[in-house]
Amino acid sequence: MDYQSILSLLDATIRLSTPLLLACLAGMYSERAGVFDIGLEGKMLAAAFAAASVAALTGSAWLGLAAGMGVSLMTALLQGAAAITLKGNQLIAGVAINMLAAGLTTFLGQTWFQQGGRTPALSAGGRFTPITLPFAEELRGVPVIGPIYYDLISGHYLLVYVAFLMVAVTAYVLFRTRFGLRLRAVGENPKAVDTAGISVVKLRYQAVIITGLLCGLAGAYFSIAQGSGFGNNMTAGKGFIALAALIFAKWKPVPAMFTCLLFGFLDALQIRLQNARLFEIEIPVQAIQALPYVLTVILLAGFIGKAVGPKAGGVPYTKER
Amino acid sequence: MSAARPLPKWADIALLPLLNLALAFVVSGLVVLMIGQNPIDAMAAIVTGAFGNGFNFGYTLYYTTNFIFTGLAVAFAAHAGLFNIGANGQAYIAGLGVILVALALQYTHWTLVMLAGIGAAALFGGFWAFVPGWLQAKRGSHVVITTIMFNFIASALMVYMLNRVLKPASSMGPQSETIAPSGQMPQLGDFFAPFKSTPVNLTFFLAIIALVAVYVVIWRTKFGFAMRTLGHNPVASRYAGISNSRMIMIVMTISGALAGMVAVNEVLGVQNRLALDFVADAGFVGIAVALMGRNHPIGIALAGLLFGALYQGGNELQYVIPGLDRYMVVVIQALVILFTGAMEGLLRPSLERTFMLFSPEQKAEAVKRETATTES
Repeated sequence: MDYQSILSLLDATIRLSTPLLLACLAGMYSERAGVFDIGLEGKMLAAAFAAASVAALTGSAWLGLAAGMGVSLMTALLQGAAAITLKGNQLIAGVAINMLAAGLTTFLGQTWFQQGGRTPALSAGGRFTPITLPFAEELRGVPVIGPIYYDLISGHYLLVYVAFLMVAVTAYVLFRTRFGLRLRAVGENPKAVDTAGISVVKLRYQAVIITGLLCGLAGAYFSIAQGSGFGNNMTAGKGFIALAALIFAKWKPVPAMFTCLLFGFLDALQIRLQNARLFEIEIPVQAIQALPYVLTVILLAGFIGKAVGPKAGGVPYTKER
Repeated sequence: MSAARPLPKWADIALLPLLNLALAFVVSGLVVLMIGQNPIDAMAAIVTGAFGNGFNFGYTLYYTTNFIFTGLAVAFAAHAGLFNIGANGQAYIAGLGVILVALALQYTHWTLVMLAGIGAAALFGGFWAFVPGWLQAKRGSHVVITTIMFNFIASALMVYMLNRVLKPASSMGPQSETIAPSGQMPQLGDFFAPFKSTPVNLTFFLAIIALVAVYVVIWRTKFGFAMRTLGHNPVASRYAGISNSRMIMIVMTISGALAGMVAVNEVLGVQNRLALDFVADAGFVGIAVALMGRNHPIGIALAGLLFGALYQGGNELQYVIPGLDRYMVVVIQALVILFTGAMEGLLRPSLERTFMLFSPEQKAEAVKRETATTES
């Protein structure tokens, strides 16, 4: 493998890990606040559809992004209503949202656009285009560093930079602000937070809203940045990989980034490894595809460290009488 | 606190799920209305498509068979306090067991193939659920997350198996060899003319046996009592001398074995070969069926029939009303899960208030109880 193909593999890694990272950070807010979220997939899918539909109709990627975030936010509020206000089962709410998104996006897509559930291909204005960072062209000729800057760091979609920026923002918000402290507390011991006179319900809703907005970004990335339109079930289980990454990173922002990069790398590798051979043995692509899931199972079983989630996760909070 | 009184049992078991179901249908109707179609016409088309004639009804029963099995799988685990979200993966892996024994025994007799197939499905499906059960019991990993992961692992494994191992040299698509006619299970249409050329088969009776067996195990055996104790209060069950970890493993295995029966229906009963993604989403429908049926076999039978009808009716829908297709049914299904499962608390308080309105004695009693607890 030469230098250039290694760079292109890493470039693909960054592109493929972006939606995972956004969804993973999204899940982090919700789960840190004590609301389990297996509905990441559904929120992303709904957002991807809304973003592509609006971008197709208006020709504006920004309006598409806004629509994606808006729809994802509504989905998140639905989940919030079920999990926080109505004290329903959070896991079942997640299952329902995933199914609702899968059904509605295909159904509405078919009805509105008549293209077998796809949205029309987006025009240039309806998509985000790659951004060339300053001096990328000039530095391109510089050996070793030039190509890294030109191919790897420059030339991504805006949302890619937003995703990596969000890692720093999330780390700061969760661990350096009062809001973050309270958010983490409400996931560990909501009663203590309640006793301190802070509203558990309000905090959890705030967390769920942030989750919705971030999932909106992730979904929009699928359909109006990476892709040029919405395709049936285009998130293809990435929401669950993000969930796996969240557990793997033990609900921490920086490890989440590295885990998502790892899972993105596996994905990029898997695309290149079709029919590839290693030491005369053919590696089944499916084995690499399944690796994130297998690793998560092994991690959860405590064989490689222990993943302990927020203590109050999954339990609706009821005030004592 | 308002003096709320728990609902009478019949309202809790029957009325509330029906109201939630009605709510799900109303919201679905609004979706249909939104795209400019008539929801009443759509509903009529679904009902005719599901029950209109023997042919349609045969298909309905075929789907019902799958949903009874996955519904039972989810409900069985739920009684022990476990949420088995992995029925899809368990059924999928069970298909592997079924096809292996079926291909080995295909030239003997279909009864032998069927019995061995049932055993293999139970074994393979049970194993795929046992591992998450074992991981929860012994290593403390959450069964929900593990079963989700196992769904994806199963999917990857089966793609590999179908492409590389089971695919005959002559075939292009990722599917196994077809079982020889001597090993194929008879369809009900062979004995009963109205069901002619529909996929409903002998597995339907297996589903009914499973319903009865699950009822007996849960409510009429010591084992069932122990597992319900675990489900209600794991601490109490441990103090009562029940081995919770052993219980979790056994319950998950049985749950997986029940899910595995979907493979008997699909692989032996209908397709006669193992195809990619043959489970469709029966495992997830099972969650809706179990929630709707309140984890009781009678409820599951009815809910299974409801979803079977929705599925079959949904397939017919696109021929009657252009613009509406079977994805409408996925939406209805999701709404049923949402309203009967996650948002069950939506109607309960007002229903409780309504009941109080009609029963002054109950209200007095509730108020008395409430004041008694606050004073103490």
